[in-house]
Amino acid sequence: MTLAVQLGIIVGYLLVALAVGLVAYRLSERTAEDFYLASRTFGTVVLLFTTFATLLSAFTFFAGPNVAYQAGPEYILVMGLMDGIIFAILWYVVGYKQWLLGRQHGYVTLGEMLGDRFGSRRLRGLVAAIGLLWLFPYVMLQQAGAGTALAALTDGAVPYAAGAGLITLFMILYVVVAGMRGIAWTDTLQGAFMLVMTWLSFLWVVVVLGGPGAATGTLAASDVGTEFLGLGSDFYSPQWMLSTAIVIGFGVAMFPQVNQRFFVAGSERVLKRSFALWPILCVLLFVPAFVLGSWARGLGLEMGADGNILPVILAEYTPVWFAALVIAGAMAAMMSSSDSMLLSGSSYFTRDLYRPFVDDGLTERREDTIARLVVVAFALSTFVASLYNPATLFELGEAAFSGFAQLALPVIVALYWRKTTRRGITAGIVGSQAFYLSSLFTATVPSTYAGWTAGIVGMLLGFVLTVGVSALTAPDADERRAIYFEGMRAD
Amino acid sequence: MNRLERVAWPLAALVLVALTIPWFLWGSTTVVAGFPIWLWWHVGWMLLASLVFWLFATRAWGLGIEPSERATGWGDRP
Repeated sequence: MTLAVQLGIIVGYLLVALAVGLVAYRLSERTAEDFYLASRTFGTVVLLFTTFATLLSAFTFFAGPNVAYQAGPEYILVMGLMDGIIFAILWYVVGYKQWLLGRQHGYVTLGEMLGDRFGSRRLRGLVAAIGLLWLFPYVMLQQAGAGTALAALTDGAVPYAAGAGLITLFMILYVVVAGMRGIAWTDTLQGAFMLVMTWLSFLWVVVVLGGPGAATGTLAASDVGTEFLGLGSDFYSPQWMLSTAIVIGFGVAMFPQVNQRFFVAGSERVLKRSFALWPILCVLLFVPAFVLGSWARGLGLEMGADGNILPVILAEYTPVWFAALVIAGAMAAMMSSSDSMLLSGSSYFTRDLYRPFVDDGLTERREDTIARLVVVAFALSTFVASLYNPATLFELGEAAFSGFAQLALPVIVALYWRKTTRRGITAGIVGSQAFYLSSLFTATVPSTYAGWTAGIVGMLLGFVLTVGVSALTAPDADERRAIYFEGMRAD
Repeated sequence: MNRLERVAWPLAALVLVALTIPWFLWGSTTVVAGFPIWLWWHVGWMLLASLVFWLFATRAWGLGIEPSERATGWGDRP
């Protein structure tokens, strides 16, 4: 019964998504800009929810409550600071400027924007290559996660490889047909669905337990009571909370599928509204989801066999069909994040590697075709990798947010400081990446510094290198130093 | 926009970041209406952040990015 309900809901979701994709396809133009950015036309609701769903989906449903279950509800504060505040500020500082530049010069990717300013094809390719280095293993992890989840859901009736394969095929079909417009539309449905389901779950559990006071009282009386309810612990040190919130907040802004959403707003008004509503949207999702995780600990529930706590608490306190609906929704959410990653990965490759280095005279129409072919190649490669799940790729995927965060400060310096030189930004990007990769894979570079993570130390290094080397070097003749400062107006 | 506002907005952003986690309640286990008091602070702070962002969007949008004085408000300027 449970299985039938869950599979029914997943299949139902896939069909709805495909229908949305087909409608989007009918509206699309056959150009790369339309495929990647829906021709920069999104309104407030779509922009807000596509960013929301892309950023938060699978993680909030599963990993967030798990952390709250294991270490306490302070994770709400870390995520609130990271996504609700830091990311919002970056949405203005990086995002609004990127949006203006994108409209003015037709940029589709971060690498393109930097390459044009610094007159450097190689810088453009470098930024794209770094993006793909972290994105590829991250997509692989999503596929592996979907395969594992389907296998767990069906008690092995759908084996891991078949589950991951099916989801890969669906994603390919969907992304190739729907492009950015279709993805954003399904994200909107999904984000709203996710928010509603989280609140219904929360309220359901609250009612069954006899109110939040009773639920928290049980937690207070348990062996972790003082540790969980008191702010801070050995796990939640100020250094760790700040490092995590800052590094991931900046990392999110440089993650290709999120960074690309900086280009897609239809107007300035849309950006303003999204910016002002963002913190409320974040807190609305984090509080109920993570509080449930920490209550589960107080209630003495055991972590589920698949390593997730949310399904356990739902199974305990809500009817089968309801729990199935939430879990299936979460799996669908996992897929929707991956769609956007495939699309942005394809744009980085086609736009910043293929076009400048292989075929400079590419027409719009042909670029659109190649972009869709690259989606297929990218998804199949990550799928094959997910079958083997090599340790190096696994580690890169897990560290992707910190890896992307290394790009943020050099980019911000370039956007706001006229004297940034090509050598400066290149040194900042290469130096911080080299440092962070070494901290991951070698013993010589430590991974923590008095409680602060290598991610944040690497960011500082990138900043110092970008500013320092820029100050010491002169710009080359083909750098366009004024381009980020002239004609910056929304109209 | 006057000089005071140019300084005040970045400062406001900094304060928003600095107090999203209520450091002054570190170690507090007080529970109010079923939730830890530090969680109530956080929820209130996020609402305040939204209000500050809204004020910024209507009054100072473009600060640090667009070159000079401009009319402000929700809309796209004519």
